Amino acid sequence: MAIEVRIPTILRTYTGGEKAVNADGATLSALIDSLEANHPGIKDRLIEGTDLRRFVNIYINDEDVRFIGSLEAELSDGDQVVILPAVAGGAR
Amino acid sequence: MGPTPYPGPVLQIDQATYDAIVAHAKRDHPVEACGMVAGPIGSDRPERLIEMVNAAGSPTFYEYDSTDLLHLYRDLDDRDEEPVVIYHSHSATEAYPSVTDINLAGEPGAHYVLVSTREHGNNEGPVEFRSYRIIDGVVTEEEVTVVGNNAAEESS
Repeated sequence: MAIEVRIPTILRTYTGGEKAVNADGATLSALIDSLEANHPGIKDRLIEGTDLRRFVNIYINDEDVRFIGSLEAELSDGDQVVILPAVAGGAR
Repeated sequence: MGPTPYPGPVLQIDQATYDAIVAHAKRDHPVEACGMVAGPIGSDRPERLIEMVNAAGSPTFYEYDSTDLLHLYRDLDDRDEEPVVIYHSHSATEAYPSVTDINLAGEPGAHYVLVSTREHGNNEGPVEFRSYRIIDGVVTEEEVTVVGNNAAEESS
Protein backbone atom coordinates (compact mmCIF):
# COMPACT_ATOMS: atom_id res chain seq x y z
CA MET A 1 0.00 0.00 0.00
CA ALA A 2 1.41 3.37 -0.98
CA ILE A 3 0.05 6.75 -0.10
CA GLU A 4 1.67 9.90 -1.43
CA VAL A 5 2.28 12.53 1.23
CA ARG A 6 3.02 16.10 0.13
CA ILE A 7 5.56 17.72 2.43
CA PRO A 8 5.61 21.50 3.02
CA THR A 9 8.86 23.46 2.62
CA ILE A 10 9.40 23.85 6.35
CA LEU A 11 9.35 20.05 6.92
CA ARG A 12 11.55 19.11 3.96
CA THR A 13 14.59 19.11 6.23
CA TYR A 14 13.21 15.74 7.41
CA THR A 15 12.75 14.33 3.90
CA GLY A 16 16.10 15.26 2.38
CA GLY A 17 14.43 18.07 0.45
CA GLU A 18 11.77 15.82 -1.11
CA LYS A 19 8.43 17.53 -1.83
CA ALA A 20 6.51 14.25 -1.66
CA VAL A 21 7.24 10.91 -0.07
CA ASN A 22 5.43 7.60 0.11
CA ALA A 23 4.14 6.19 3.35
CA ASP A 24 1.52 3.68 4.40
CA GLY A 25 -1.04 3.08 7.09
CA ALA A 26 -4.73 2.31 7.45
CA THR A 27 -5.26 5.42 9.56
CA LEU A 28 -3.62 8.84 9.68
CA SER A 29 -2.03 7.86 12.98
CA ALA A 30 -0.43 4.78 11.40
CA LEU A 31 0.63 6.82 8.39
CA ILE A 32 2.45 9.31 10.61
CA ASP A 33 4.23 6.43 12.38
CA SER A 34 5.30 5.15 8.97
CA LEU A 35 6.59 8.64 8.06
CA GLU A 36 8.47 8.81 11.34
CA ALA A 37 10.18 5.45 10.66
CA ASN A 38 11.74 6.83 7.49
CA HIS A 39 12.06 10.49 8.49
CA PRO A 40 12.83 10.61 12.22
CA GLY A 41 11.68 13.76 13.98
CA ILE A 42 8.81 14.60 11.66
CA LYS A 43 6.15 13.11 13.98
CA ASP A 44 6.89 15.63 16.70
CA ARG A 45 6.22 18.44 14.22
CA LEU A 46 2.76 17.02 13.47
CA ILE A 47 1.54 15.68 16.79
CA GLU A 48 1.46 17.16 20.26
CA GLY A 49 0.56 14.69 22.99
CA THR A 50 -2.15 12.53 21.48
CA ASP A 51 -3.57 15.02 19.00
CA LEU A 52 -2.72 16.79 15.81
CA ARG A 53 -0.91 20.07 16.41
CA ARG A 54 -3.31 23.00 16.33
CA PHE A 55 -1.44 24.86 13.60
CA VAL A 56 -0.76 21.95 11.27
CA ASN A 57 -3.33 21.13 8.61
CA ILE A 58 -3.50 17.70 7.04
CA TYR A 59 -5.81 16.83 4.17
CA ILE A 60 -6.83 13.44 2.81
CA ASN A 61 -8.08 13.74 -0.77
CA ASP A 62 -8.68 17.46 -0.18
CA GLU A 63 -10.64 16.98 3.06
CA ASP A 64 -9.31 18.56 6.23
CA VAL A 65 -8.78 15.55 8.51
CA ARG A 66 -10.31 17.45 11.44
CA PHE A 67 -13.69 16.86 9.79
CA ILE A 68 -13.12 13.15 9.13
CA GLY A 69 -11.80 11.76 12.39
CA SER A 70 -8.47 13.54 12.79
CA LEU A 71 -5.76 10.99 13.66
CA GLU A 72 -8.31 8.16 13.32
CA ALA A 73 -9.19 9.18 9.75
CA GLU A 74 -9.08 6.14 7.49
CA LEU A 75 -6.79 5.75 4.50
CA SER A 76 -6.81 3.53 1.43
CA ASP A 77 -4.27 2.72 -1.23
CA GLY A 78 -3.89 5.60 -3.65
CA ASP A 79 -5.15 8.29 -1.29
CA GLN A 80 -3.40 11.64 -1.42
CA VAL A 81 -2.28 13.30 1.77
CA VAL A 82 -1.20 16.94 1.94
CA ILE A 83 0.44 18.56 4.96
CA LEU A 84 0.39 22.36 5.23
CA PRO A 85 1.39 24.56 8.13
CA ALA A 86 -1.35 27.02 9.05
CA VAL A 87 -0.74 30.56 7.92
CA ALA A 88 -1.63 32.34 11.12
CA GLY A 89 -0.45 34.83 13.69
CA GLY A 90 -1.50 38.16 15.06
CA ALA A 91 -0.90 40.75 17.70
CA ARG A 92 -2.33 38.61 20.51
CA MET B 1 31.04 47.72 -14.28
CA GLY B 2 32.55 47.17 -10.87
CA PRO B 3 31.13 44.74 -8.38
CA THR B 4 27.90 45.79 -6.75
CA PRO B 5 28.16 45.78 -2.96
CA TYR B 6 25.83 43.31 -1.28
CA PRO B 7 22.75 45.39 -0.56
CA GLY B 8 21.57 43.47 2.49
CA PRO B 9 18.15 41.96 2.81
CA VAL B 10 15.50 43.93 1.01
CA LEU B 11 11.93 43.49 -0.12
CA GLN B 12 11.32 45.01 -3.52
CA ILE B 13 7.62 45.49 -4.21
CA ASP B 14 5.74 47.46 -6.83
CA GLN B 15 3.64 50.47 -5.92
CA ALA B 16 0.31 48.95 -7.00
CA THR B 17 0.80 45.84 -4.83
CA TYR B 18 1.98 47.96 -1.90
CA ASP B 19 -1.08 50.20 -2.21
CA ALA B 20 -3.42 47.20 -2.46
CA ILE B 21 -2.02 45.68 0.75
CA VAL B 22 -2.44 49.00 2.59
CA ALA B 23 -5.98 49.39 1.23
CA HIS B 24 -6.86 45.86 2.37
CA ALA B 25 -5.53 46.56 5.87
CA LYS B 26 -7.49 49.81 6.13
CA ARG B 27 -10.69 48.25 4.80
CA ASP B 28 -10.63 45.37 7.29
CA HIS B 29 -9.56 47.46 10.30
CA PRO B 30 -10.07 46.78 13.23
CA VAL B 31 -10.01 43.12 12.17
CA GLU B 32 -6.58 41.91 11.11
CA ALA B 33 -6.28 41.66 7.33
CA CYS B 34 -4.18 38.87 5.84
CA GLY B 35 -2.99 37.67 2.47
CA MET B 36 -0.13 36.65 0.26
CA VAL B 37 1.78 37.88 -2.76
CA ALA B 38 2.94 34.99 -4.89
CA GLY B 39 5.72 35.00 -7.45
CA PRO B 40 7.57 32.59 -9.74
CA ILE B 41 9.62 30.04 -7.79
CA GLY B 42 13.11 31.34 -7.07
CA SER B 43 12.37 34.83 -8.46
CA ASP B 44 11.83 36.69 -5.16
CA ARG B 45 9.38 38.85 -7.13
CA PRO B 46 6.01 39.49 -5.43
CA GLU B 47 3.70 39.57 -8.46
CA ARG B 48 0.27 38.14 -7.72
CA LEU B 49 -1.66 39.50 -4.76
CA ILE B 50 -4.13 37.16 -3.10
CA GLU B 51 -6.30 38.67 -0.38
CA MET B 52 -7.26 35.95 2.09
CA VAL B 53 -10.21 35.83 4.46
CA ASN B 54 -9.20 36.02 8.11
CA ALA B 55 -11.08 32.95 9.36
CA ALA B 56 -10.50 34.11 12.93
CA GLY B 57 -12.25 37.44 12.18
CA SER B 58 -10.35 38.92 15.08
CA PRO B 59 -8.62 42.24 15.86
CA THR B 60 -5.75 40.31 17.49
CA PHE B 61 -5.41 37.11 15.47
CA TYR B 62 -5.48 35.90 11.89
CA GLU B 63 -5.62 32.51 10.27
CA TYR B 64 -6.30 31.46 6.70
CA ASP B 65 -9.34 29.18 6.42
CA SER B 66 -8.05 25.61 6.06
CA THR B 67 -9.92 24.93 2.81
CA ASP B 68 -8.78 28.25 1.32
CA LEU B 69 -5.24 27.37 2.38
CA LEU B 70 -5.32 24.08 0.46
CA HIS B 71 -6.72 25.76 -2.66
CA LEU B 72 -4.13 28.51 -2.42
CA TYR B 73 -1.20 26.09 -2.26
CA ARG B 74 -2.63 23.96 -5.04
CA ASP B 75 -2.85 27.09 -7.22
CA LEU B 76 0.73 28.00 -6.37
CA ASP B 77 1.82 24.50 -7.41
CA ASP B 78 -0.10 24.66 -10.68
CA ARG B 79 1.43 28.04 -11.53
CA ASP B 80 4.99 27.18 -10.42
CA GLU B 81 4.75 29.92 -7.83
CA GLU B 82 5.71 30.23 -4.19
CA PRO B 83 4.76 32.59 -1.36
CA VAL B 84 7.04 35.63 -1.74
CA VAL B 85 5.21 37.91 0.70
CA ILE B 86 2.94 36.82 3.55
CA TYR B 87 1.25 39.88 5.00
CA HIS B 88 -1.08 40.75 7.82
CA SER B 89 -2.06 43.81 9.79
CA HIS B 90 -1.89 44.72 13.43
CA SER B 91 -4.73 47.09 14.23
CA ALA B 92 -3.71 48.30 17.70
CA THR B 93 0.01 47.58 17.97
CA GLU B 94 3.17 48.30 16.02
CA ALA B 95 4.11 46.60 12.77
CA TYR B 96 6.51 44.19 14.44
CA PRO B 97 6.12 40.39 14.66
CA SER B 98 4.51 39.24 17.90
CA VAL B 99 5.60 36.09 19.71
CA THR B 100 2.64 34.37 18.03
CA ASP B 101 3.78 35.57 14.61
CA ILE B 102 7.27 34.25 15.26
CA ASN B 103 6.15 30.88 16.61
CA LEU B 104 3.75 30.28 13.72
CA ALA B 105 5.91 31.52 10.86
CA GLY B 106 5.96 28.50 8.56
CA GLU B 107 7.53 29.80 5.36
CA PRO B 108 11.27 30.37 5.85
CA GLY B 109 11.63 31.66 2.28
CA ALA B 110 8.96 34.37 2.55
CA HIS B 111 9.08 38.05 3.40
CA TYR B 112 6.70 38.61 6.32
CA VAL B 113 5.09 42.01 5.85
CA LEU B 114 3.31 43.73 8.73
CA VAL B 115 1.11 46.77 8.34
CA SER B 116 -0.09 48.68 11.38
CA THR B 117 -3.38 50.53 11.07
CA ARG B 118 -3.33 51.66 14.70
CA GLU B 119 -2.92 55.34 13.86
CA HIS B 120 -5.56 56.05 11.20
CA GLY B 121 -7.74 52.94 11.20
CA ASN B 122 -10.10 52.90 8.21
CA ASN B 123 -9.19 56.45 7.24
CA GLU B 124 -6.70 58.04 4.91
CA GLY B 125 -3.23 58.56 6.28
CA PRO B 126 0.13 56.87 6.46
CA VAL B 127 0.60 53.39 7.88
CA GLU B 128 3.63 51.53 9.14
CA PHE B 129 4.65 49.01 6.45
CA ARG B 130 7.59 46.84 7.48
CA SER B 131 9.09 43.58 6.28
CA TYR B 132 10.92 40.75 8.04
CA ARG B 133 12.49 37.37 7.55
CA ILE B 134 11.41 34.93 10.25
CA ILE B 135 13.58 31.82 10.28
CA ASP B 136 13.82 29.35 13.18
CA GLY B 137 12.45 31.94 15.57
CA VAL B 138 14.90 34.64 14.51
CA VAL B 139 13.44 37.91 13.20
CA THR B 140 15.48 40.05 10.80
CA GLU B 141 13.98 43.30 9.61
CA GLU B 142 14.72 44.23 6.02
CA GLU B 143 14.46 47.35 3.91
CA VAL B 144 11.34 47.85 1.80
CA THR B 145 11.91 49.35 -1.64
CA VAL B 146 8.79 50.41 -3.52
CA VAL B 147 9.26 50.56 -7.26
CA GLY B 148 7.02 52.16 -9.88
CA ASN B 149 4.85 50.06 -12.12
CA ASN B 150 6.29 49.28 -15.54
CA ALA B 151 3.47 51.14 -17.24
CA ALA B 152 4.06 54.20 -15.08
CA GLU B 153 7.78 54.16 -15.81
CA GLU B 154 7.20 54.01 -19.54
CA SER B 155 4.84 56.96 -19.50
CA SER B 156 7.10 59.16 -17.38
